[in-house]
Amino acid sequence: MSKHGIRIEHLSKRYGSGDTAVDALKDVNMNVAPGEVVGLIGPSGSGKSTLLKSLGAVITPTSGKMTLGEQTIFEQDWKVSDLRALRRDKIGFIFQSPYLIPFLDVVDNVALLPMLAGVSNSEARARALELLTALDVHHRAQAFPSQLSGGEQQRVAIARGLINRPPVILADEPTAPLDSERAMAVIRILNDMAKKFETAIIVVTHDEKIIPTFKRIYHIRDGVTTEEVGEGRLPD
Amino acid sequence: MISLAGRDILHSWGKFIFTGIGLGLLIGVTFVMAGVYRGMVDDGKALLDNSGADLWVVQQNTLGPYAESSSLNDDLYRTISAMPGVAEVANVTYLTMQVRKEERDVRAMVVGIVPGDRFAAPGWPPYLVAGRYLTRGHYEAVADVATGFVIGDTVRIRRKDFTIVGLTRRMVSSSGDPMIFIPLKDAQEAQFLKDNDATWQSRRRTEANPAFNQPGSSAITQAVIDSQTTNSFVNAILVRLDAHVSQDEMAQRISRWKRLTVYTRAEMEEILLGKLIATSARQISMFLVILAIVSAAIIAFIIYTLTMDKIREIAVLKLIGTRNRTIAAMIMQQALVLGIIGFVIGKITAAFAAPLFPKHVLLLTQDAFIGLFLVLVISALSSVIAIRMALKVDPAEAIGG
Repeated sequence: MSKHGIRIEHLSKRYGSGDTAVDALKDVNMNVAPGEVVGLIGPSGSGKSTLLKSLGAVITPTSGKMTLGEQTIFEQDWKVSDLRALRRDKIGFIFQSPYLIPFLDVVDNVALLPMLAGVSNSEARARALELLTALDVHHRAQAFPSQLSGGEQQRVAIARGLINRPPVILADEPTAPLDSERAMAVIRILNDMAKKFETAIIVVTHDEKIIPTFKRIYHIRDGVTTEEVGEGRLPD
Repeated sequence: MISLAGRDILHSWGKFIFTGIGLGLLIGVTFVMAGVYRGMVDDGKALLDNSGADLWVVQQNTLGPYAESSSLNDDLYRTISAMPGVAEVANVTYLTMQVRKEERDVRAMVVGIVPGDRFAAPGWPPYLVAGRYLTRGHYEAVADVATGFVIGDTVRIRRKDFTIVGLTRRMVSSSGDPMIFIPLKDAQEAQFLKDNDATWQSRRRTEANPAFNQPGSSAITQAVIDSQTTNSFVNAILVRLDAHVSQDEMAQRISRWKRLTVYTRAEMEEILLGKLIATSARQISMFLVILAIVSAAIIAFIIYTLTMDKIREIAVLKLIGTRNRTIAAMIMQQALVLGIIGFVIGKITAAFAAPLFPKHVLLLTQDAFIGLFLVLVISALSSVIAIRMALKVDPAEAIGG
């Protein structure tokens, strides 16, 4: 693993053309190192979601460069041919709502990604159980998502995001549906996991109570990012 | 590799089973409709098989005796029986009517055959399941068990009573009516017999006609009246040939020299299947097409709804790198499973329902296999709309904003 987990340089994204063109991202630069958890904060319509989709290789930027570890993902007009495989193997996602698959139990929700990648079911489940144990939710391994509390669901979603040991995890408002105590628990887990698995984690949030936990914060407004040093006060 | 479709079905099995039951009842109706058609064909073939004839000699230029009325003199069989290559000949009459037993009546085809000891003669039922064949010249009957009559019952045909002396099975007309065999003379009379008032009126009109009732020639009047009240016609002559004789050749010879129309077994089958039940077959085919379309619409709607319910999960699956073909396979497998559940329930429903129908419903194993194949094809095609919709889902939908 290189010293940077994910890096974007001069990234721009324009929707539409001519008079109706909208520049959602303008010359954005960002660098998140392995094991680091950074915040991405901005009001609605600031370009946050576009940046997240670009980082998640869901949309292709208009210009700029993005690298993941040593691998270049986008560079000007060029991009990796199989973005789907890239998302599966190199990027973990955690959403505001956990979006767990309702017909799979907890262990299979987590083990699904490696199973789809061709890992044997038993090995994938063993890896999933290991993660669930680390996240202290292994006792609900056989439960279905509808039987879990909100906090448990989010921990399972974190486990799913980590299962392939991706170099980067994108967390979109992961604490929004949780109370303060559970929100802090999730942040603590994300920090622990980032260190344990050398993963770069970008947390998009509006949640005032977790902002002081970041050591670095990227603010985004009108498609332009600015970097700020945060307090980095992690809960005990 | 995990089966997403299988896990989804196991998780919401109730939804699949209940939908499958609804679909199965529809498929069951489809099977029964196909069985009704097969039953009609089978009845037609049974009619020909059971007649034991190689040739059907009928009135010239008619499609008799089953598809059109045909009338032949009952002494014509003698000249045919004298032709080389002819093994056996028998007169036969057919009349479909209501046969009454006390307060109950049954629609049946009354067949007139020559009684006696020629039990294997054309037109006779090939076997009995109870009782004996007709041995007396009058007032005895052999009935198909489907009539519900039993040995010893007395049934009324026109103005005469007949005693059931034997029972046979699967002797039916082309429209599925059970047969009742009675002596030929009684059958001829039954076809021709008028009620008393009509007979009296006919005699009066004959006597009033100066051409038939000339002074001093009362014998002429009596002869005309006698001819009016007797019937010397039959509907067909059934011919069985020697083993080495060609049906086509013999049919040509009889029609050429006797000026009659003669049908071989193949031609008679064509008349029965191609003309007599053709309209019914088309009617049933239309029903089958409509039922297939309705089944497809139901499967498509259910699968579409189930997929719509999972649209967010599908977006997440695509975002985290699930292949399109994995998602398409999940949806198609669910449609196929739904189809298979429907097929199994439909087959069971048809098997239990078929005997309850008043006419012969024949469920063939080959039809079940064809049905299974069609159900799978329809299920697969029905899932296309849902698959297209799922593949169009943008993985970005999983990310807010």
